[in-house]
Amino acid sequence: MTLLGLSISELGRRLRSREVSARELALEALDRIARLDPAVGAFLRTTEELAMAQAEAADRWLAADPQGAPPLCGIPVAHKDVLCTSGVETTAGSRILEGFVPPYDATVVARMAAAGAVVVGKLNCDEFAMGSSNENSAYQATVNPWDHTRVPGGSSGGSAAAVAARLACATLGSDTGGSIRLPASFCGVVGVKPSYGRVSRYGLIAFASSLDQVGPLTKTVEDSQLVLSAIAGADPHDSTATTEPVGDLAAALHQGVQGLRLGVPREYLAAGVGAGVREVLDQACQRLEREGAELVEVSLPSTEYALAAYYVIAPAEVSSNLARMDGVRFGRGEPAATSLVEAYESARHRGFGPEVRRRIALGTYVLSSGYYDAYYLRAQKVRTLVAQDFARVFQQVDALVSPTAPTAAFLLGERVADPLAMYATDALTLPANLAGLAGISVPAGFAEGLPVGVQVLGPYLGEAVCLRVAAAVEALSDLWHQAPPGTDG
Amino acid sequence: MAELEPVIGLEVHAQLLTKSKMFCGCRAEYLGLPPNSNTCPTCLGLPGALPVINRAAVEMTIRTALALACRIPEFSKFDRKNYFYPDLPKGYQISQFDLPLSLAGQLEFEVDGQRRACGITRVHLEEDAGTLHHAGEIHTSNFSLVDLNRAGVPLMEVVGEPDLRSPREAPQYLRALRQLLIYLGVNDGNMEQGSLRCDANVSLRPRGQREMGVKVEVKNMNSFRSLEAALTYEVGRQTDLIQRGMTIVQETRGWSELEQATVSQRGKEEAQDYRYFPEPDLPPLKVGRELVEQLKAGLPEPPMRLRDRLLDQYEISAEQVLVLTERPQDAAYFEAVVAAGAPPRAAANWQAGPLQALCKAARVEVERCSISAGELADLVRMVEAGEVSGSTARELLAEAFESGASPAALVTERGLAQVSDAAQMDAWVDDALRQLPKAAADFQAGAERALGPLVGAIRKASGNRANPDLAARLLRERLARPGE
Amino acid sequence: MDLAQVEHLSRLARLGLSPEELQTLLGQLTAIVAAVDKLQEADVSSVDPTAQVGGLYDVMRADEVAPSLEAEQALANAPRKEAGLLRVPAIQ
Repeated sequence: MTLLGLSISELGRRLRSREVSARELALEALDRIARLDPAVGAFLRTTEELAMAQAEAADRWLAADPQGAPPLCGIPVAHKDVLCTSGVETTAGSRILEGFVPPYDATVVARMAAAGAVVVGKLNCDEFAMGSSNENSAYQATVNPWDHTRVPGGSSGGSAAAVAARLACATLGSDTGGSIRLPASFCGVVGVKPSYGRVSRYGLIAFASSLDQVGPLTKTVEDSQLVLSAIAGADPHDSTATTEPVGDLAAALHQGVQGLRLGVPREYLAAGVGAGVREVLDQACQRLEREGAELVEVSLPSTEYALAAYYVIAPAEVSSNLARMDGVRFGRGEPAATSLVEAYESARHRGFGPEVRRRIALGTYVLSSGYYDAYYLRAQKVRTLVAQDFARVFQQVDALVSPTAPTAAFLLGERVADPLAMYATDALTLPANLAGLAGISVPAGFAEGLPVGVQVLGPYLGEAVCLRVAAAVEALSDLWHQAPPGTDG
Repeated sequence: MAELEPVIGLEVHAQLLTKSKMFCGCRAEYLGLPPNSNTCPTCLGLPGALPVINRAAVEMTIRTALALACRIPEFSKFDRKNYFYPDLPKGYQISQFDLPLSLAGQLEFEVDGQRRACGITRVHLEEDAGTLHHAGEIHTSNFSLVDLNRAGVPLMEVVGEPDLRSPREAPQYLRALRQLLIYLGVNDGNMEQGSLRCDANVSLRPRGQREMGVKVEVKNMNSFRSLEAALTYEVGRQTDLIQRGMTIVQETRGWSELEQATVSQRGKEEAQDYRYFPEPDLPPLKVGRELVEQLKAGLPEPPMRLRDRLLDQYEISAEQVLVLTERPQDAAYFEAVVAAGAPPRAAANWQAGPLQALCKAARVEVERCSISAGELADLVRMVEAGEVSGSTARELLAEAFESGASPAALVTERGLAQVSDAAQMDAWVDDALRQLPKAAADFQAGAERALGPLVGAIRKASGNRANPDLAARLLRERLARPGE
Repeated sequence: MDLAQVEHLSRLARLGLSPEELQTLLGQLTAIVAAVDKLQEADVSSVDPTAQVGGLYDVMRADEVAPSLEAEQALANAPRKEAGLLRVPAIQ
C-alpha cells in the first residue's frame, strides 16, 4: 500500500519516528501524480520546487522539535485552483486567468504552509467553481477514480479525486452550494464545509461571496479535523470571518453519538433520491441508532424554494465578482481591440466558458432594474425562510443526517446539455450554504459499486457535532482505507 | 411665459484625510508617488482579495454628517455599484445605496450677506477610482493609461437637496461646505488637485411651479469660478431652449474650460443600470448612540456660529472675523492672544496683518509658527501702551519669526523701548525746531501738515524710540507759544 | 424574456456574445428563470431579507498603513503596460 493511503496521524507518527521523511512523502506523491494522474486529471499543475523546499523545511522542523511540530508537518497536500498561491499560477479553471500568478497567498494557503504542510500542486475544478461535475473546467475533465467513465462531482472534483486516488493526503476545496460535499460523496472521501465565516475567504477567488467557504477533503474524519483546525479562525483580511474561538475540535472525534438527537429531514428524502443512496443512508441511520443516537424525522418546509433562491443569489454575486476579470490588470491582452468595450468583450468572451457566461447573464438579469425585487430581494427573503427552518429544527435536534446527493456519481456528459438537471445535483447541499451552517459528507457505503456519502449538518459553528457524528458514521462503515481500483499500487 | 427659476443641487465628493485607504492599508496620500506603486491585491482588484472597512473613514463621515445636522440611522451598509471602467479595478465601486451612514441635514451659507440654508439629502462613504491619463487629446488618442494609486482612497459624498435657486448661490454653498470640512479636519479642500470635487444637477421650471423640470447633470468643475460659470452657462442654455419651445434632454454634460460651455457627454455612456446590491464582503454597520454622542461632543464650533460669536464677543469688524475664521486654528490663536491680555481689535490687526503675511511667506500655519499667542499678546500690549512704536514692533516681529526669539524680549534687550522721558524729549524737540525752522514757521502760520516733518525729524534723531504721540503733543505746546 | 433583453444583458456584462450564442442563451435563461420563478410561490410577507449570515457587524480595522506591492509586482500580470501604467484602448 502507498504511504499516501495512511491517515495523517499515522503518517505523523512515522514522520516523527523518522521511519519516513517529508521529502520521501513528497517524492512519492509527485511520483504517483506523474504515474496515475494522466488518467484521473485531478492536477492542473504540480509544484515540485515548492514541494521539495517545503518538505526539506518540514524535515528540519521534525528533526528539531518532533513533538512540537504541528500535525500537518511534512504531509503532502494540494489546493483547489481557486486558492491564490503566491508565485504559482492560479487559474480557477478558467481561460481568463490563464497565466495569472498571484503576488500573494490565500490565508488558508499561508496557514497550511505555516502548519508545515507540503504543497504538491494545484487542483482542477469547474470554472470559477461553477458546476457539479468538474466538466466546466476550461482545461481538462477530471474523472472519478472509482469509475473513469463517471464524473468526480464538482466543483472541487480535482480535490476529491486527488484524495481518493491517494495523490495527496489532504486537499483544500471550496463549497458554495455543495462543491466540497458533493465530490466527496462521489469519490468516497470526507469533505467538510465549515460554517460561513469559520474559515477565511481571503485569497479564495470568489464565486458567491455570501455562500463560499473553504474546507478540507481527506480520507478520514480525523484528517479533516486536523486540516480544519489548522485553517479555521479569525482573519483580519476577511471581514466576514468570525472571531468566535474555534475550540478543541479533536475532542469531538471520540465522543460517540450516545445521547445525541439526530434529525432526518423529510424533504431531503423526497423524489429524486435514488434507491441505492437511500439504502446507504438507512443503514447508516440504523447503525447510529444502535450506537445510542435517537433518530427523529424533521421537516424543513422551505427546502422546495432553496434551489431557486440559490440560483438567484449565487449568480447575482457571480455577475459582480467576475466583473474584475476585464483583461486590464491581468489576462492575455486584446491587441486587436480598437475600443475599450471591444477589448472588454473580447477578453471576457474568449475567457469565459458557457456555464460562467450563463450565470453572469442570469445574475445580471436578477439584479437589473425592474427585476431586483421579484428575484434578488425575494430570494434573500426565501433565504431567511430557509435559515429559520434550520434554526427551528436545531432547537429539537443536535444535527441532521441526510444523503449528500440524490445519486451516486453520474456519467461524464450526462448532464452537460441540461443546466437545470445539473443544478438539481446540489439540491440537498445548497440549503446549508444559504443558512451558513456546518456540513460534512462522510463515506457511508456503495451503491452499484460507487461510493455514497452521508451528509451531516450542524448548526452555525457546529463543526464539532458534525465531526462527532461523521466520525461515528465512519467508524461504523469502516471503509475509508478502501482505495479505488488501480490506485493502491 | 412665466419667469423661469433655476433649481440646482450639488453633489460634493471629498477625499478623507485618513492615513490609509478605505478598504486596505495602502496610503491615502497618493500624490507624487510613482504610478501604480501604491496598490495591493485589494485596491488592485486582484482575484480573491477582500475589503476591510477603515474605522477612521466611518468616523469622519459621521462627524461630517453630525456637523451638517444629519440624522445617523442605527443601521447602515455598503453596496456594490456595478459598471465597467478601466479606473475601477473590481468592476464595481463599493458605495452606499439605500442605507447610508446619514440622512436629512442642512448647511447654512451666505450669499451677499444674507444667510441661506440648503438641505442635505445624505452624507455617505465610498471609494475613489484610479486615474486615467490620455495620450494627447482625449478625443483623438487611441489609448489611455491607468494609474491605480488613487483607487480605494476614502471618498465621502455630500448630496445636497436641489434648494439652490441661482448659479451665484452654488459657489457660496460650496465655500461653506469646504470650510466646514476643513474645520472638521476631514478634507484638505483642494479643488485643483481634486481632493474636493463638485457635480451639479440643474433644471428649470416656471416660478411658482412645484414639479421639477428635466434634470441635467454637469460635471468637471474644479474651482468656485468654473462652478458658477458652468451653472450660468447651463441655466442660459436651458432657458434658451425652453424659450424656443424645445425640450431639455436628461443627460450628463461636462464643463469645458476651453470652450466656456457645457458639452454633452452622451454617447460616452450607454443607459446605465448599476445593479446595486448589498456588498457581501462587508458586514453591516450598527452605529451606536454612544459613538454618535462621543463624536458629537468632539465636534469643533461650526464656522458660522464661530463667526457670530467672535463678532458678538469682541469688538472687531466683520472683515476681521472672516479672516480669523478661515480655519478653526486661526480663531483659536486669536482667542489665545486676547486671553493673554491683548486688546481684541489690535490683536486682530496684528494677527490678520503682519503675522499672517509672515506665515504666508513662510508657508506655515499660524499655530505652528515660532510666535506663540502669548508672545504676540505681549508685543501688542507694548504697542498699545506706547512702549514701543508700531514700526519697530513690526520689524521685531519679523526678526523673531525667523529666529524664534520673543519679540518683547528683543525690545528690552536692545533698548528699543519707546522714550517718553521729558528732558530727552525736550532736547529732541529743540533739535527738530532748529533743523526745520521753515516747517515750524509754517505750522505756526496754520499749516497743520507741517507737523509731520517735525515729528519725522524727532523719530530719526531718536532712532525710532521717541514716542510719536508725545513728540507731536510737545511740538504743539512749543509752537503755540511764540516768542519764548 | 426576449432576444433584446438577452442582448442587453450581454452588453451590460460585457459578454460579447454572438447572435447564435444569444439565441442559445435565450432558451436556457428562459428555462432557468421559469424554474427560479418557484420563488414567487413562497410566502415571504413576514420576513426580512438575508444578505449575509453569521450576524457580524461593525467589523472595521484601525487606520494604519500597511506595505503596498512594488509597482513591478502590481503590474506583473498586466498584458499591456507603458511607463509603469496600464494601457487600455481609448475610452470612446
